[in-house]
Amino acid sequence: MAANRQKLFVLIFLLVAFLSYTAFLYSDLPVKYNSAKKNEDAGKLVWQKYNCNACHQVYGLGGYLGPDLTNVHSLRGQEYIKAFLKTGTGAMPKFYLSDEETHSLLSFLKDIDASGKADPKTFTLNYDGTIEQ
Amino acid sequence: MEPLNNNKLSTAKLFILAGLLLLATGMLFGLTGALQYLVPDFIKQYLSFEKIRPLHVSSVVFWIIFAGIGSVITYLQQYSGKKIFSALLLKVQFGIFTVSVLAILVSYCLGIFGGREYWEFHPAFALPIAIGWILFIINFIKSLGSFKKLPLYVWMWLTGLFFFLFTFMESYLWMLPYFRNNVVNDMTVQWKSYGSMVGSWNMLIYGSSIFLMEKISGSKKYSHAPIAFVLYFTGLFNLMFNWGHHIYTLPTYPFVKHISYAVSMTELFILGRIIWQWKSSVSTARKHYHHTSYRFLMAADIWIFLTLILAIAMSIPAINVYTHGTHITVAHTMGATIGINSFLLLAIAFDILKDSCVPLAKSIKWVNRGYYTANLSLLIFWISLIIAGVLKAKWQMNDVKIPFGTMMLKLRPYFILFFVSGISLITGFYFILFPLIRNQVICQFKKLFLKKEAIEDNVSGVFAMD
Repeated sequence: MAANRQKLFVLIFLLVAFLSYTAFLYSDLPVKYNSAKKNEDAGKLVWQKYNCNACHQVYGLGGYLGPDLTNVHSLRGQEYIKAFLKTGTGAMPKFYLSDEETHSLLSFLKDIDASGKADPKTFTLNYDGTIEQ
Repeated sequence: MEPLNNNKLSTAKLFILAGLLLLATGMLFGLTGALQYLVPDFIKQYLSFEKIRPLHVSSVVFWIIFAGIGSVITYLQQYSGKKIFSALLLKVQFGIFTVSVLAILVSYCLGIFGGREYWEFHPAFALPIAIGWILFIINFIKSLGSFKKLPLYVWMWLTGLFFFLFTFMESYLWMLPYFRNNVVNDMTVQWKSYGSMVGSWNMLIYGSSIFLMEKISGSKKYSHAPIAFVLYFTGLFNLMFNWGHHIYTLPTYPFVKHISYAVSMTELFILGRIIWQWKSSVSTARKHYHHTSYRFLMAADIWIFLTLILAIAMSIPAINVYTHGTHITVAHTMGATIGINSFLLLAIAFDILKDSCVPLAKSIKWVNRGYYTANLSLLIFWISLIIAGVLKAKWQMNDVKIPFGTMMLKLRPYFILFFVSGISLITGFYFILFPLIRNQVICQFKKLFLKKEAIEDNVSGVFAMD
């Protein structure tokens, strides 16, 4: 009986900690909400509509067939991205995006680019195993 | 415990059978994807990679979910000694899940997406899946009855049931502009939900595996032992707080990463215990080696060891910087989903589906061949991914970078090895899956045929009487 009470106590403690952590993160997200980002928001939905993540990564998360696109906007520029979207490549099909979709997607990629650097070389490694950006 | 596990094709067994079919199909999609790494325009006009990848991922994820549900329902009935609360509710759940999964796979073929990585399907499909899961929870709770002195596996099932629903709903918070407005917020919440979701289905599978292990050994000691609960709470602690290791490189809150790093290190305790128990595991393995289910449990044990070493290493941020975004992450995922989840679920499938009208012993030679082929192939598959990952990590860290396409060409020998071992892996799995599926199908045909014959006999009997 005592053992069961102990288990229940540990479970409740963990659940309260988890829900508090979750509530804190939801209420105070790392970046503040910006209602002006309509184009970027539409671009994210275009990114999902064509399942770009199947081949491309953002911050190292996503597919492995194509390159990481976190900072492609500043590294290669809009015209370079547009050319790829229009012609496709060996593995990448032509997606026949409308002008509006292309514009939104470019805004989304620009917004990702502005959020930080994904290149692992830019990280500082500490002796305790942690990293700094 | 046994009587409920007869040769009748129950809905719980149907879940497992549907899961096995999804695994067989999902592996074919995976192989097609691997071929597209080598021949990029292979069937590109019909099923390009952005379609093949979700077809593969969703099929195998639903294999895990379907088989997990089937195992929990079967073992819950064996544990309680009673039938499930509502067979109808379970049938409705099966219907909802089957129709949804088929619709999802067809939608991928048509190029209809809209979701995010791992749940790429249109968000409209998330609703029936959530409803089906709620039916599952209702059926489970009503069937369980008493909550007193529950063994470990029931704790694990309950944890998996509620956390899956929570994290599944959490993974759809992106639909609210507040969460998707910024990529850092969006990815933080996405990986918070995904990290815990994997932990939740692991709870279902590990719970069923513990039940099976006790069934084979004939001892009920482990599921009430204090050490078992210490390991369970360590797992739960990780499920709740270690998800941040997926996003070490994302510019999110540093405390998310520090918490995750610290929590992940508690897995060293689990690793230490596996090493400590190694000798007794080997002697138990010798004792039960004749048991097909036990062999799969043993294979999963070895893969847990290998995958855990990789997972712990990747949970150290300074190492993760090198492995992140490389094929080492894929190796980790393959080790976990094939080596651990699939082998555990196959152990369970052999236990639950062994009672059929066709004795499984007739096919055991092929199952054994499949077992060794699958394990050896998976090891080669896993190593080829790790080597490809190490080379990509080296490329990522180089000051003067060759273009991405050139780097991928340099990885080609390892992709060839990955593809060839993939063929052999599928072959091994098909040797294992085929008798399991075939036996159940034959039995159903026999039943139908015999029933029809019996009806005809009765009818002709009636006519004879006339």
